[in-house]
Amino acid sequence: MLAYIARRLIAMPLLLLGVITVAFLLSHFTSADPLTSIIGERQMNNPAVVEAARARWGLDRSLPEQYLVYLKNLLTGDFGTSFRTRQPVAQDLLVRLPATLELVIAAMIVGTVFGVALGVIAARFQNRTPDNLARLFALFGSSVPVFWSGLVVLFIFSVQLGWLPGPGRIGSRMSAPELVTGFYTIDTLVAGDWAGFRSALAQLVLPASVLGWTVTGIVSRMVRASMLDVLGQEYILAARAKGAGQLRILFHHALRNAMLPTLTILGFSFAYLITGAILTETIFSWPGIGSYAVSAARGLDHPAIIGVTIVGGAAFLITNLLTDIAYALVDPRVKIGARATA
Amino acid sequence: MSDVAHRSRQFALPHWATLPVILGGFIVGAWIVIGFTVPFWAPYDPTMLAGMRFLPPGAEHWLGTDALGRDVFTRTLYGVRHSLPIAAAVIVCAVVIGCTLGAIAGFVGGLVDEAIMRLVDVTLSFPPILLAMAVTAALGPGLGNAAIAMVIVWWPIYARLMRAQVLAVREREHVEAAIASGARPSRVLFKHILPLCWSPIIVNATMDFGQVILLAASLSFIGLGAVPPTPEWGQMISDGALHFYRWWIAAGPGLAILTIVLGFNFLGDGLRDLLDPRSK
Amino acid sequence: MSAPLLQIRDLAVTFAGQGRNHLQAVCGVDLDVEKGQLHGVVGESGSGKSVTMMAVMGLLSPSACVTGSVRLDGEELIGKSERAMRRIRGARIGYIFQDPMTALNPLLTVGEQISEAIRLHERKITRRSANERAVDLLRLVAIPIPERRALQYPHEFSGGMRQRAVIAMAMANEPSLLIADEPTTALDVTIQAQIMELLERLRADKGVGLVLVTHDLGVVAGAASAVSIMYSGRVVEQGHVDDVFAFPRHPYTRGLLASLPQLDHPTARLVAIPGAPPPIAMRPSGCAFHPRCPLAIERCRIEVPALRAIGASMSACHRAEDLRPLGPTTNEATHAGA
Repeated sequence: MLAYIARRLIAMPLLLLGVITVAFLLSHFTSADPLTSIIGERQMNNPAVVEAARARWGLDRSLPEQYLVYLKNLLTGDFGTSFRTRQPVAQDLLVRLPATLELVIAAMIVGTVFGVALGVIAARFQNRTPDNLARLFALFGSSVPVFWSGLVVLFIFSVQLGWLPGPGRIGSRMSAPELVTGFYTIDTLVAGDWAGFRSALAQLVLPASVLGWTVTGIVSRMVRASMLDVLGQEYILAARAKGAGQLRILFHHALRNAMLPTLTILGFSFAYLITGAILTETIFSWPGIGSYAVSAARGLDHPAIIGVTIVGGAAFLITNLLTDIAYALVDPRVKIGARATA
Repeated sequence: MSDVAHRSRQFALPHWATLPVILGGFIVGAWIVIGFTVPFWAPYDPTMLAGMRFLPPGAEHWLGTDALGRDVFTRTLYGVRHSLPIAAAVIVCAVVIGCTLGAIAGFVGGLVDEAIMRLVDVTLSFPPILLAMAVTAALGPGLGNAAIAMVIVWWPIYARLMRAQVLAVREREHVEAAIASGARPSRVLFKHILPLCWSPIIVNATMDFGQVILLAASLSFIGLGAVPPTPEWGQMISDGALHFYRWWIAAGPGLAILTIVLGFNFLGDGLRDLLDPRSK
Repeated sequence: MSAPLLQIRDLAVTFAGQGRNHLQAVCGVDLDVEKGQLHGVVGESGSGKSVTMMAVMGLLSPSACVTGSVRLDGEELIGKSERAMRRIRGARIGYIFQDPMTALNPLLTVGEQISEAIRLHERKITRRSANERAVDLLRLVAIPIPERRALQYPHEFSGGMRQRAVIAMAMANEPSLLIADEPTTALDVTIQAQIMELLERLRADKGVGLVLVTHDLGVVAGAASAVSIMYSGRVVEQGHVDDVFAFPRHPYTRGLLASLPQLDHPTARLVAIPGAPPPIAMRPSGCAFHPRCPLAIERCRIEVPALRAIGASMSACHRAEDLRPLGPTTNEATHAGA
């Protein structure tokens, strides 16, 4: 197993390099002058700026040399300057990262809780009505476009019923909490601002539910399949022979074991969440990386798009790696294999 | 066993015709029919003024009118004429490119295999929508470029699948026998290996159809796909989001995407259940 | 004589098949187990011995219809609610499974699994004292360094150790009845003897009634006092081990004995019973053994023989009277068929 983790860790920088290379190629094969993608159209008429950028990004040199300069800039955290915000892209992303993380984590919680619950119900009532309803609900989740379901829930729960607040991260009459972690739900608590916390939490409910719903299907399908697998094992019968009740069997004995294969799917569903976050943030005016990416794409803000692409790719790679490692660590059966081969 | 066989004879349905497959097939079939016939019976023109602006749903306009007074229902129906052909084109191109490269990688092996598979790894390192966005933005917005971007995002999935298939089939005895009897490599590949590789590819392609439609609509929603007058669903929802309180503008295209993707997911789910008895 | 510990009367188990195909797995089983007695239940796979035991535990799937009577210390178990059965399982009846590799949850430590068995039935016990009792139980089944072993996961145990842990789990609440379903089949021969020794010791020391389900007459021969032979869902012969071995009153028992290697006559030819047991859906009419029986007559094909007293034991054979005691080398039942 250690060898496996080591192999994955070694492959990691290579894959990252691949991601950066793709980004480099994309920024150099734009329909426009690559320089446009660094300083933006408006600055192209300013010879001083053009010259400075040309020199800094080595555009007067050969392609391989440019690649090296690009790499060096990236390593020093220089992703170029967004020509909409006129800020360094790295800084823009850093400021927006906590908002996205908060949303994605909340959605992950929603998706996992609902997915696991539906999966357990489906397995318990295999091929009966609750099973079919659970599957249908999950299938809807992976079929509905979030940029539409977001509008629908906003219209129903915020406009019509008035139960939950409209778009944004915190109520319009509140001010953002002092920056500690960048998670509003945590920062308001740290500041002891109870009303702020309630507001931040209420703001999270709709976007996190809409986003989380998209992965319930993936999670519940996996939980169902592995629950059915586990429930057929003899140790489940043995637990019943000990006198364990149905709930105890389902949650203490079966679910724990069924969660292992589910772990791998959580990494996979992260891809869905990133995809969904981009669109969900746009609908809910969530000031995260996703809405930043969309406005960058709409405004053809190339440095910003490329920056988001690299960061997203890196995040994606790291999550997949962590999932795999977690899987290897958590399953005692995997350890036997390691001992046997070691 | 005998009992099951008996039952299916009674209803005279083939074994793959489960409820999800029938339901999915019906929905998808209905949309295909709409796509082909809508110009002959649609009540209005999809791009022309059809009435007052922002009319709520009523007898004249079943789903109301949008900001330019166009009929939302008509535009929704016309939307399928963009979504389905694009999804089909993307899937076909991705399958052709992916399967070709995957088959080469699996059959030739060595450095070629390494090169292709590392390219696959890198491409799959990106969240699909981000890569599609970046590529479309680099190529310039437009439905055609969005389609190219989606092919770039999707081909590695088929390459991986095809390579695994080829590697598995290659080990079978009839292939080894063909090689031993001195058949040319191209003949072995086309005659003995490839014909056995298709079924998982087809199932996957069916399941991906819905995802491609979703991604295409997402790109249009962002503003990288279809350009405004086009009655494209993602584009229409983006319009609807601008006029949030006139909920009907987005309702039609939203339901359209939901039903057609649901249809493909039903089909895909049913097919998967048939192929993988574990998920029953 | 007081009521036996376990009294099974006319037990029948029917599985609802699709349509009208009901499958009768077990039919008319009578079986008594006394306190402190080891009762062997012998039969080939598919003979209904495991289904019978699962019916006693109330662990059959809902598609199974169980009729008849199962009394534990005089208390009727058939028809009890799932809730009530839960209080009996693990507390008054312990169950030992065939394959210790699969009977333990791989993600819980062995100690956790044993103390869970305790805590399920003693709600008031603290986690700590349950854990201490689990260690004691591991010591009882002769696991060395039980304190450390309790914290380990099943995969860190050898096969024999696991079966000991499963036995400890079954003994957790000092049940009066222990059911062991092929407890040694999955183990090495040397380990088999150790496990049998352990079960025998528990029976003698703790006075538990023990039902030993096995397909191997040899296992029963050394340990059991009473034995029931099952074939095709019915008990075909029942009695004290010595009587049954000395004078088997059913051709099937004779066949089983003939296929057993004998220590005192190692050169004697081992004779297998011709044919195979019928699958549950295709049981023959009359005596289910008749197609394989060398003594079968017309009556055997038509009439199901009842279990009746003959000599010192009970037999369900129309021709029981025609059988003679077994000589050391004569296996006339099978010879007659050859």
